[in-house]
Amino acid sequence: MKYLNEFRDGQVAKRMAAEIRQITTRPWKIMEICGGQTHSIIRNGIDQMLPPGIEMIHGPGCPVCVTPLALIDKALAIAAQPGVIFCSFGDMLRVPGTDSDLFQVKGRGGDVRIVYSPLDAVELAARNPDKQVVFFGVGFETTAPANAMSVHLARQRGLKNFSLLVSHVLVPPAIEAIMSSPENKVQAFLAAGHVCSVMGFWEYPPLADKYEIPIVVTGFEPLDLLDGIRRAIIQLEKGEHHVENAYERIVTYAGNLGAQQLLAEVFELSDRSWRGIGLIPNSGWRLNDNYRKFDAEERFQISGIHTEESPLCKAGDVLRGAIKPESCPAFGKECTPRHPLGATMVSSEGACAAYFNYGRFLSAEELANSGAVHA
Amino acid sequence: MPEKTAPDFSSWSCPLPLRDYPTIVMGHGGGGKLGNELVEHLFLPAFRNPALENLGDAAIFELGSGRLAMSTDSFVVQPLFFPGGSIGELAVNGTVNDLAVSGAEPKFLSASFILEEGFPLAQLAAVVNAMAESAAKAGVRIVTGDTKVVERGHGDGCYINTAGVGVMRQGISVGPNRAQPGDVVLVSGTIGDHGMAIMSVREGLEFESQIRSDCAALNGLIADVLDAVGTSVHAMRDPTRGGLASTLNEIATSSNVGIEIDELKLPVRSEVQSACELLGLDPVYVANEGKAVFFVAPEAADRALEVLRAHPLGRNAERIGMVTTQHPRMLVARTAMGANRVIATQIGEQLPRIC
Repeated sequence: MKYLNEFRDGQVAKRMAAEIRQITTRPWKIMEICGGQTHSIIRNGIDQMLPPGIEMIHGPGCPVCVTPLALIDKALAIAAQPGVIFCSFGDMLRVPGTDSDLFQVKGRGGDVRIVYSPLDAVELAARNPDKQVVFFGVGFETTAPANAMSVHLARQRGLKNFSLLVSHVLVPPAIEAIMSSPENKVQAFLAAGHVCSVMGFWEYPPLADKYEIPIVVTGFEPLDLLDGIRRAIIQLEKGEHHVENAYERIVTYAGNLGAQQLLAEVFELSDRSWRGIGLIPNSGWRLNDNYRKFDAEERFQISGIHTEESPLCKAGDVLRGAIKPESCPAFGKECTPRHPLGATMVSSEGACAAYFNYGRFLSAEELANSGAVHA
Repeated sequence: MPEKTAPDFSSWSCPLPLRDYPTIVMGHGGGGKLGNELVEHLFLPAFRNPALENLGDAAIFELGSGRLAMSTDSFVVQPLFFPGGSIGELAVNGTVNDLAVSGAEPKFLSASFILEEGFPLAQLAAVVNAMAESAAKAGVRIVTGDTKVVERGHGDGCYINTAGVGVMRQGISVGPNRAQPGDVVLVSGTIGDHGMAIMSVREGLEFESQIRSDCAALNGLIADVLDAVGTSVHAMRDPTRGGLASTLNEIATSSNVGIEIDELKLPVRSEVQSACELLGLDPVYVANEGKAVFFVAPEAADRALEVLRAHPLGRNAERIGMVTTQHPRMLVARTAMGANRVIATQIGEQLPRIC
């Protein structure tokens, strides 16, 4: 596959890892923001290739993980209503609410559907004028343009039966929140490549200056990640802090202007609660006044939901990078992908699920002893 | 219904046409005239053989001596027709393959249909013809069957159950619990084709090149391998639902051994890989319907691979890994980066990711 295979070359990766070992003189803690990057690091074993002092801290960039429990409970309540077709991306279906999940709602007769694009949900609304079609629009800046396009089209087509349950969150305020935390350990960031493909990276230089941290826009393939890590370490070793683009084949400084224009037309900034982290001011988007009538929270007045987080779940600490998944006492015991206590164990991008699925509940020694394949 | 279109009912070979009812009605399952017509004009002509012709309550047949193998499976796939096959091919090949990987020579099948009121007879005829063709290709006979009709809304068009009986080959002892340290793991071809073919039509995803299901009967391919290196084959499986990862994990657990595979050696079609990338899926978890995995003693592995590659269904066969005493009950993959990762069993279906 063009643009993929050449970024997965094992020999080049080994050379890059060797270079990283050569330039590293001190331990550094680097956070990859995005859950997709966490997934790729663990799946490919990138962290096993790094020198011992380089610690990758897994960031809060998994939209499934940071969606507040109260909103998931609200989604479950809306999905259970008769006459509603509730559409979502696949990995939201298994995320546990307080008492249930979307799969169970579906099993009890709710019309819950997996779609691949919010525009499919708009089509469903057009074809089912007697039903209320709701799309669960979660995500970072990456998924926002398609969600914005869905309400834009719904309004253009005069659809009165389409609405969005929106929980959009933004990367720059999350970086601010992490850097402002007194217990912060992060010394450099790998910015999320796909977020930047939409937004560009003009938002990041002020953050790099203010907190004196290197920020490297980074892709998702093994060589992308190694290059991002290498560039971050070079800056750290030199005591520099600026924004670099290590994902030039996708990301430009200005980003996708058409998408940004559409986002500005549809959304406005709002405070958002991040699951496990808490309220971050101006850290998300909601539909603005022009599009308010497409807001599912306005259309469905849901009240009296009982929301309660598991007292055992340490997802918040994991998402802030304060602990690694296996340090949570419930990891692999009360909490497994089969019986997740928190969202980080559900989504394939969640750090806990990545650690569990790729066997990181084993000790490094056990992994090292597992040997190579001689096929 | 791409590629395999249902026959035109008006040109169907039925001499006593059921044209009053171009769709299934409740009466087709009522045990009366309508049901008999289905049997006489559809099932019997399609599946005709001496054991079936008696139309008794049970088929009576000779199987020779020796141990028998029996298996059953139900088929509920949607859509019923997909690139590379239909529920008809699946229903025959699925049971044939379950028998074949158990070391049996598949002989006789039953076929039970649960039809939904309103299901077009033309589609049923297409399914039945596909079953007849697959059975002929696999060298098995469909000797008994049943039809039930459920009210509209209580089924999904057509469900099929098949059960099969086969004769165990002499001198073979394979089983998921017999993989041994040192065994070489072979796969008979590219993985993930069936699952991605279904997903691409089910979800209306349009890719540049069409992905076709690998649905096929494997008894011929397996017979070739057993003829050549029979006693050296310790375990065989067809990695259907849950894909290669689930099958290898099952064998690792049953045999209490570790399995190591090399990710770079896994045969995956580029269009399947691309579709998986797009949806955030891993081909090792995607279903196959015409692939087998073999655990073979190391000294026989080269010969087995040669035999596999000489068969039309095994041209892309690969040696993908080996069995070890390390990390018992665990499947470990060597990544392209040279690192190791554990491939765990999935909980349910893989879910496409948000971004």
